[in-house]
Amino acid sequence: MQKGFCSLILATVLTLGLGVVAASAQETATQEGAAATATTPSVPPDALAKLQEQAADAKASADNAWMLMSAALVLMMTGPGLALFYGGLVRKKNVLATMMQSFTLIALVTILWALFGYSLAFHAGNKVFGGLGYAFLRGVGALPDADYSATIPQQTFMVYQLMFAIITPALIAGAFAERMKFSAMVLFMTLWSILVYAPLAHMVWGKGGFLNAVLGGVFPALDFAGGTVVHISSGVSALVCALYLGKRLGYPREPMPPHSVVLCFIGACLLWVGWFGFNAGSALASGSLATSAFVATHFAAAAAAIGWAGAEWVRNGKPSVLGAVSGAVAGLVAITPASGFVAPMPALGIGFVAGILCYFMVAKVKARFGYDDSLDAFGVHGAGGTIGALLTGVFATRLINPIFKDSSGSALPVGLIDGNGHQLLNQLVAVIVAWGLAAVGTLVILKVVDWVVGVRVTEEHEIQGLDVSQHGEEGYNLEA
Amino acid sequence: MTKLEAIIQSSRFESVKNALLEIGVSGMTVSEVRGHGRQKGHTEVYRGHEYTVDLLPKHKIEIVLPNNLVEPAVQAIIKAAKTGKIGDGKIFLSKVDEAIRIRNEEHGEAAL
Repeated sequence: MQKGFCSLILATVLTLGLGVVAASAQETATQEGAAATATTPSVPPDALAKLQEQAADAKASADNAWMLMSAALVLMMTGPGLALFYGGLVRKKNVLATMMQSFTLIALVTILWALFGYSLAFHAGNKVFGGLGYAFLRGVGALPDADYSATIPQQTFMVYQLMFAIITPALIAGAFAERMKFSAMVLFMTLWSILVYAPLAHMVWGKGGFLNAVLGGVFPALDFAGGTVVHISSGVSALVCALYLGKRLGYPREPMPPHSVVLCFIGACLLWVGWFGFNAGSALASGSLATSAFVATHFAAAAAAIGWAGAEWVRNGKPSVLGAVSGAVAGLVAITPASGFVAPMPALGIGFVAGILCYFMVAKVKARFGYDDSLDAFGVHGAGGTIGALLTGVFATRLINPIFKDSSGSALPVGLIDGNGHQLLNQLVAVIVAWGLAAVGTLVILKVVDWVVGVRVTEEHEIQGLDVSQHGEEGYNLEA
Repeated sequence: MTKLEAIIQSSRFESVKNALLEIGVSGMTVSEVRGHGRQKGHTEVYRGHEYTVDLLPKHKIEIVLPNNLVEPAVQAIIKAAKTGKIGDGKIFLSKVDEAIRIRNEEHGEAAL
């Protein structure tokens, strides 16, 4: 009875498929489990090829739809996600200026990326920089680039990567909030995108990059969605900026609480949702790896929120809302490099550890060393990214993502739990390279920008607030 | 004419307002203010830093009264606003030189 039922299902599917080509073929398949037998002389050879083509088209279509959606989600992370998260954290007089930093980067980085940024990151070149073959997006069209993704148009890949290039510098703004000149920020970010982000993206994700896991890297590092490229680079750069610019007037004596935790909350939730595009979209396809990354992402965020809130509850007697949402962000940061390599349970562990670690970075370490990383870009992204990158080397497994293959195509061990402890060394190299490039690059760029336009606003402008002094606007005119 | 300024707990405002209307007070100006007397504030924690918030939200009511209404108003406010705890607020009285109604330029107590 069951055998007949299975045959019926199989036959129905095949019939539907073949029915499509029936008009041209003018023959129909038999109804008896036709796929299994060799005795189907009535199926013309090109009908099968056509079917395969249609199936491939359907898969490519699904992949592209998901990738375009993911690109939109990642853009949403910057605007309004990050804009609101950071905007709520600053004092009222600086809310617009803070949001303007994110927004300006959306516009600015897009132009840079289109003109030559994408090429510098993803064209073949040397181990550090890509070439200029894709400048002005020449050759970046509907055809896939099989090195990156065989099913989506290269233009989709380009625009998806653009959203990463946008949010990375936007994160740095958290360190120099409330005291950086707008003109200086524009110049700084232009140089940083070209001299720090593009080479790091090239090294980790570009073909021939020094750290690329599968396209010819010397130290193949695992970074699924940007633990090193996005979070370590922005977090460490943030620390350098905070140290270079110096503390805000009145810090740490004067309390400077967020002017709106409500905005922070909304921003953080948008970041969480958008991160599904950031991590699951890094699968560059809509299949089960995207699902795995989606689940790992969500689990890490949840565990980290509990970790941070729990640590606060124990230490301060009350769990704060800001702490809970910051915890979730920390977990999302940490799972970023690991998302497409680890199983759900380790994802919970990574998140929980990150929540607690970042809480202590922000509540204890910052106060101990006295640097004014105003919005905790280093404490969350720098620290979270580092721990995430290292734990990726521990928990990555071929059962989730068989990224390393031997010459016969069988899957090799990926991370420590798989039996490949050596991967931790590669992860460490990637972490060190990211730290080094970010720190040195940022310092050099800051010096140049300081010399050209001056990086910090005057005392008078800082007291007045950046909204009025840099943009001639007030964020709230509630009496009007 | 006497100006009465009362700074009271925000949670008592509705009772105070109704009590004043009951005794025949014909107008008032209300603002939300921050301040403190001997009441300590509370501590909040931000990113591991504890800090004291010592300016607490209060309501301020300003009314100008004919002299015969001053004592009833004071008593009405005290009755409605008192909780017995620190933070109940204060009432200040001062003399007013003149009052003028803008609409019809009436002067003196008729303007109140």
